[in-house]
Amino acid sequence: MDGFKNFIEKVGYPRLIIGGFLLVLCISAAMLSIPIPGLISDILIRIGMNGILVLAMVPAIQAGVGLNFALPLGVVCGLIGALISIEYKLAGFTGLFVAFAVAIPIAAIVGYFYGQMLNKMKGQEMTVGTYVGFSVVSGMCIFWLLAPFKSPELIWAVGGSGLRVTVSLESSIDKVLNRFLSFRFAGIQVPTGLLLFFALCCLIVWLFNKSKNGVIMNAAGSNERFASATGINVNRQRILGVILSTILGAVGIIVFSQSFGFLQLYNAPLFSAMPAVAAVLIGGASIRKVKISHVVIGTFLFQALLVVALPVLNTLADGSMSEVIRAIVQNGIILYALTRKTGGDLA
Amino acid sequence: MDQNVKVVEVKTKRQITVDYMYRFIVPVVFVVLCGIGYNLSGLQSTFVLNEVIIRLARNSFLVISLIIPVIAGMGLNFGIVLGAMAGQIALIFVTDNSFGGLGGVLIAFLVSTPLAIIFGYLVGQVLNRAKGKEMITSMILGYFANGVYQLVFLMLAGTIIPFKTEKLILSTGMGVRNSIDLIAVRQSLDNIWKIRPMQGLAIPMVTIIVIGFLCLALTFFLRTKLGQEMRTVGQNMHIAEVSGINVDKTRIIAIIISTVLAAWGQIIFLQNIGTLNTYGSHEQVGLFAVASLLIGGASVTKATYGQALLGTFLFHMLFIISPMAGQNLMGDSQIGEFFRVFVAYGVIGLALLLHAWQRKGKK
Repeated sequence: MDGFKNFIEKVGYPRLIIGGFLLVLCISAAMLSIPIPGLISDILIRIGMNGILVLAMVPAIQAGVGLNFALPLGVVCGLIGALISIEYKLAGFTGLFVAFAVAIPIAAIVGYFYGQMLNKMKGQEMTVGTYVGFSVVSGMCIFWLLAPFKSPELIWAVGGSGLRVTVSLESSIDKVLNRFLSFRFAGIQVPTGLLLFFALCCLIVWLFNKSKNGVIMNAAGSNERFASATGINVNRQRILGVILSTILGAVGIIVFSQSFGFLQLYNAPLFSAMPAVAAVLIGGASIRKVKISHVVIGTFLFQALLVVALPVLNTLADGSMSEVIRAIVQNGIILYALTRKTGGDLA
Repeated sequence: MDQNVKVVEVKTKRQITVDYMYRFIVPVVFVVLCGIGYNLSGLQSTFVLNEVIIRLARNSFLVISLIIPVIAGMGLNFGIVLGAMAGQIALIFVTDNSFGGLGGVLIAFLVSTPLAIIFGYLVGQVLNRAKGKEMITSMILGYFANGVYQLVFLMLAGTIIPFKTEKLILSTGMGVRNSIDLIAVRQSLDNIWKIRPMQGLAIPMVTIIVIGFLCLALTFFLRTKLGQEMRTVGQNMHIAEVSGINVDKTRIIAIIISTVLAAWGQIIFLQNIGTLNTYGSHEQVGLFAVASLLIGGASVTKATYGQALLGTFLFHMLFIISPMAGQNLMGDSQIGEFFRVFVAYGVIGLALLLHAWQRKGKK
């Protein structure tokens, strides 16, 4: 009995529940003769699409800022980078790298100021972050309407002013990473470039965590008073964590969009933080502790759940059941994390 | 020194001035915004006044429902969304059973109350496990509950849950329709007594009296033993515990009251509108009510009826004038629309930031 209890505590309720549910769905899928290779292909693509956005949670949690509900800030920066790339008609890897090159410095600046803001109010980061994210997304709606872009692919077809709600990437960076070194194996299409890029980002974050700066940032996030006593400038470390998180958010949305095929402007980024937060929590992270493995496991479980649930439930029941399940799972897991006894104040 | 020992703070003159500035900065900014917007919009004064009165009547009850948790130290209760859901469930029940008129509205109040009490109890239990993180938790709880709500009304309604009125159910036989006409109870409360002091102006007196009565009732409640205990819990949980107050129980009661008031407020709101958007009417309730309260000058730890009413006035004034102001200013009414949404979110972020800043400065 003790062994069983230890197993549960080690794996964690979120993984067990989601994993069990996923297992049931997979068995159902097999019984319903839903083509498994297609599901696996979709899961792999989704992991690559969403992985970097989930990874963006890591620096913020480690710096002691908690779950980064202001991820939309980074997302908006990424969208700007991608738009500039399209405006100048850049395609392929050139377009992708220019998008990164434009987005990353903007994200760093935005992250710096947001980090400064958070330092003035320790203790309510997640709530304020949520509404700063919301208000910036709404403010950017005005910007999208007024921005002086001229490329016919970007502006409204009729009227000729203001950016479209959804921008096609077909002639620019669509599937650049997905197709790189892509191959088919036993009916499964593997988006090698996409997965490699995700792995590369994980490696970079992991290496940073092992570096001197990374260790210092972790110390500042773990115990503020001890870090201060040791001579660490806690405020600076928190800003660093927020900047890194925002940059990863910007990179993540560009990767997401090239895989998805479209840029989504206006209100689309509003709730972009929620799936990422849910995924990292499903992977076993808490609001104070996180590892790269939590990102990978959580992204896999969450995205696999979404992929398999859709065809299974559409076969068994009518309507939009899978969207409802996503809402319940996503917010339920966040609720669980917020109500866990983790010690210390952080909201 | 024991951190809980209260030391009388001798404030410098500058500090007093700064405190005042913090308290009034948000309302003042909004008065200016409304003034500018009003001039730019070119709307007729009678039209604006009438619209504002209507919105004050239908939205104030919801905003006031936020005050009790603030006083009890639980911050802004974004979880009033669950109360709004209870109100909507009651209205669906009333429509399904063809109850109409004022009786229908009263039945809706009766049906929603036990639902809201149950929901409020659950919210209270969850928030007691998330002390210090109440606001983010109640917000996520609202989203979670929305998922469950959709599960019930998209999947179970028409199948497991039987409905008498066929036209409420989608043609597939499962799920409630997106839009429900509340014509049977539409403005039943508003129409009991309307004063029309001039052309184009109609004031729903009963609804306004109900709101006045609510303010009065809460004032008396806060003077009862339970009300005083809530104030104590809100000021310092530890001292309250030492004094023998059951902190967790008091907090749960505060949330239950807030949720019940939100349910009733949603019924008042929807009977005025006349149409229930099954899957959308409750979603923005928390956001708009919180924004209104903060615009009136309230904070995470302090709120009054005056602030609730002033905030509702200013917030909805901005809603009324901003599309036309955007049109006249920049040739695009959509900019006005986006601006007011930006303001709704921004004011919450800003007010929370100012509050945390101010609190930090006092340490």
